[in-house]
Amino acid sequence: MKIKTIKRSSDDYVPVKSTQESQLPRNLNPELHPFERAREYTKALNATKLERMFAQPFVGQFGHGHRDGVYMIAKNYNNLNKLATASGDGIVKYWNMSTRQEYVSFKAHYGLVTGLCVTPETLGKNKNENFMLSCGDDKTIKLWSVNNDDFSNVKSDDEINTHGLIKTFDGEHAFQGLDHHRSKPTFVTGGAQIQLWTSERTKPLSNLSWGADNVTTVKFNQNETDILASTGSDNSIVLYDLRTNSPTQKIVQKMRTNAICWNPMEAFNFVVANEDHNAYYYDMRNMSSALNVFKDHVAAVMDVDFSPTGDEIVTGSYDKTIRIYKTNQGHSREIYHTKRMQHVFQVKYSMDSKYIMSGSDDGNVRMWRSKAWERSNVKSTRERNKLEYDEKLKERFRHMPEIRRISKHRHVPIVIKKAQEIKNIELSSIRRREMNERRTVKDKPFVAQRKQQIVGTVFKYDEKKRREQHDNEDDQDSN
Amino acid sequence: MAPPEKRIRKPRENQEKYERPSQNNVKEYKKSRDKKLKANLKRMDRQYAQTVSDAAATDYLLPESSGYMETEEEMEKTFRVKQHEIVKDVDISTANKALDLKLNEFGPYYINYSRTGTHLLMSGRKGHVASMDWRKGELRAELNLNETCHAATYLQNEQFFAVAQKRYTFIYDHEGVELHRLKRHVDVRHLEYLPYHFLLATAGETGWLKYQDVSTGALVTETRTKLGPTTAMTQNPWNAVMHLGHSNGTVTLWSPSMPDPLARILSARGPINSIAIDRSGYYMATTGKDKSLKIWDIRNFQELHSIENLPTPGTNVSISDTGVLAVARGPHLTLWKDALKRGKAAKPCFGSMGGNPNRNTPYMTHLFAGNKINNMTFVPFEDLLGVGHEGGMTNLIIPGAGEANYDALEINPYETAKQRQEQEVRSLLDKLPANTITLDPNTLGAVDKTASNTRLSAKDLANVTIGTEKIKKENMDIPSVKVDVKGKNSGLRSFLRKKTQNVVDERKVRVQKQLEKEKALRLRKTKIHNNELSEDHKDLVDEALGRFS
Repeated sequence: MKIKTIKRSSDDYVPVKSTQESQLPRNLNPELHPFERAREYTKALNATKLERMFAQPFVGQFGHGHRDGVYMIAKNYNNLNKLATASGDGIVKYWNMSTRQEYVSFKAHYGLVTGLCVTPETLGKNKNENFMLSCGDDKTIKLWSVNNDDFSNVKSDDEINTHGLIKTFDGEHAFQGLDHHRSKPTFVTGGAQIQLWTSERTKPLSNLSWGADNVTTVKFNQNETDILASTGSDNSIVLYDLRTNSPTQKIVQKMRTNAICWNPMEAFNFVVANEDHNAYYYDMRNMSSALNVFKDHVAAVMDVDFSPTGDEIVTGSYDKTIRIYKTNQGHSREIYHTKRMQHVFQVKYSMDSKYIMSGSDDGNVRMWRSKAWERSNVKSTRERNKLEYDEKLKERFRHMPEIRRISKHRHVPIVIKKAQEIKNIELSSIRRREMNERRTVKDKPFVAQRKQQIVGTVFKYDEKKRREQHDNEDDQDSN
Repeated sequence: MAPPEKRIRKPRENQEKYERPSQNNVKEYKKSRDKKLKANLKRMDRQYAQTVSDAAATDYLLPESSGYMETEEEMEKTFRVKQHEIVKDVDISTANKALDLKLNEFGPYYINYSRTGTHLLMSGRKGHVASMDWRKGELRAELNLNETCHAATYLQNEQFFAVAQKRYTFIYDHEGVELHRLKRHVDVRHLEYLPYHFLLATAGETGWLKYQDVSTGALVTETRTKLGPTTAMTQNPWNAVMHLGHSNGTVTLWSPSMPDPLARILSARGPINSIAIDRSGYYMATTGKDKSLKIWDIRNFQELHSIENLPTPGTNVSISDTGVLAVARGPHLTLWKDALKRGKAAKPCFGSMGGNPNRNTPYMTHLFAGNKINNMTFVPFEDLLGVGHEGGMTNLIIPGAGEANYDALEINPYETAKQRQEQEVRSLLDKLPANTITLDPNTLGAVDKTASNTRLSAKDLANVTIGTEKIKKENMDIPSVKVDVKGKNSGLRSFLRKKTQNVVDERKVRVQKQLEKEKALRLRKTKIHNNELSEDHKDLVDEALGRFS
């Protein structure tokens, strides 16, 4: 007779010394883990509640802000913690984002600063040299040095202005919008005409204008570096190619576009902020319809910026709120607002995608978390594992009614809430009217939501005829 | 560079154990035109397959192997092996675990092990309750309650235990200090603790099943079984459904959210003596006073095996983690392996009928001579069966009965005080609401596919509501008939009717007198109403004679 019983020596399982970790053997047999689903659901529910408890989006404001509304923010693409801002009274400031204190402040322009950008570091002689370009209503473009060493022993404001200013470019008209090429020493300005400049010359290299209207913003593609997009006051979006020095496509929308941002990961996609309360996501290869429409704002969208990861965008609006969207969803996942924040004119993601900077009419530059519940402190492995596990659980049970309700709930200002209600009524009445028309008008075409904002494109695209293609495939199969 | 996508080529041999009931119907979603959905479902399926395969791969890493007892010659039978022989054969640490406590004074004893298996709770019928760390031999609490004790159970850990006493149920802490008297739990005979829901379920003489939340102290539900005193109770560890046995031979399945049983199973022709359910929640074994032993597949409520003619009625039944079935009949204890399988060869038999190899002969037997088994329970994570009997309690060594490998993050038999405290907090955070107890624990988060068919559509709903309103409006001119609410039947009358006509006992006389009194009162009332009597009228004669009635 062979007899064996479970021999579990406690020496193997109980730590001998106090410093020793105790053994934690695992057995993944599901029979030892009853109520797996229900317990995970409870954990997901708790995680969702904790997420809402920890949701504190506002980090703080930058220094004492500006005296006038902040209408321009430029991020330094090569440096995590540097930021430039400009306001309506012609002041340009350069900030340290980690301390939220300013490095330097210039009295740059008379009147509004209408364009601002930080030039790439590669342009300077040594690696750490930083330059900044600003343009304004006073028909000038100014090139500034923002190296820390230059300002460490300068006391008065006048001296700073003389120290920092490197070069002034004089134009023939007030400028609107400014952007620098990623690698070449060229930059482009908007205004009455769209002009290409190089920092070596005082006069523009070329004029790219197409049509006579005012250009409001210009934006270089950061990956396909010679591609450029501009928006005009004739509600147009124009794409240019610097290699051929010519425009490639122009579309006209029903309302004006306020800002453009290229997707940093998918170079051919860009998002535009529109006056009609929406942001639109376009593919530059086919602009006959938008890829996605981002709804939810109740006033004009003033600015839009892509997260460096390319899967989220942030929008700032005239309705005094900031919203965050996932690029593959149509509605915002988050809304930020404070009582004191006025119309938001500028929003920018930080280069690590963890923070959002906003500039608004009230003159403050604010810093927000892009994930309201996330903290960027150093975490222990256990803590990190727990957070990752919780994220996964939340994702898995996100459709459960209770979890959905808790995670969706946001406090929205009463004004916005009311405006949303009114907007819904308006939209539904338009929809109803269209339905009624459709009853009497026989061949009224359906226009997809993603095409409704487009008035026309200059170069037409071939309409794909899917049905026929399918038929052909079928034929081939049968052959 | 992205890591190369892992491909699962073929399922592992031992993978079946780790599979979960499937949710996605592959054919269904392949038909779907939603690309995003399809991609998501496909990814989930791939992840699931990967997880199951990975989990199966960890089988080789399990540190312990389970026990066994095997014959070497054909004539040897495992059921002939006596306990003292096994004790001699096994290693010293196991032999030490074969505890035998002789407590002749306060028996019979009801025993219960904590979930970790480290602590033993004994309660003698005559009021002796003891909680001890039985491996170390340390007594934690000892109480002499001077009151009948019917059952006792540990709660979330060995720090608290509940005892069903003569009238009420009490909760004590690890030192034996009385913490609570559960006034609502009267005449309890059976206690069960649902660890993931923090519920203490009680049933007994009253025929009520009551759930008490031990974390908040609230009485969650009380349900009337309407089947008289409960004769047996056990929980299904897989879905936390309570199985109650009744004196008419039915087993009813209860969830705290439902006022009626989820299912009724007729399992015996007499009262049910005992119920046991295996840990996977698939099989149930019952014994009845009619000498029957039945094994059910409770996934589809089908009978697997039925033995109608045990020599004497089975008093207790228990199923171990590995599926060993133990049946007690008075002093006799018989165990079968593989009794929970389908097929004739698995049906438990007492003898081999002349060496027939295709019969499931007992795995082990034991006799408590001149004694009677009161209750028995397998020790978690050990090859032991704890038996409480009239002369104390005994641990019998049953090789191959216990789960060899525990999961320390679930239940840890070697946990320190710190770990125990953390585990308690963690399990409180993950406490499941009582109303989620259902027959299928995986319904939570699943799509109810029948819902759209059974639910009324908006149109139908409108029709129904409009219809009732319409009827109301149409019949406005007809006055509604008031139902005479007061019945002619009083409780006294119905009592008299039920009572056998020709038996006159003291209570019947009292009732008749009471009825007459009521009748006189009514008469008087009507007379006053008809102005035949004044309100303050007193019949002097009646009053004078009243003292003799």
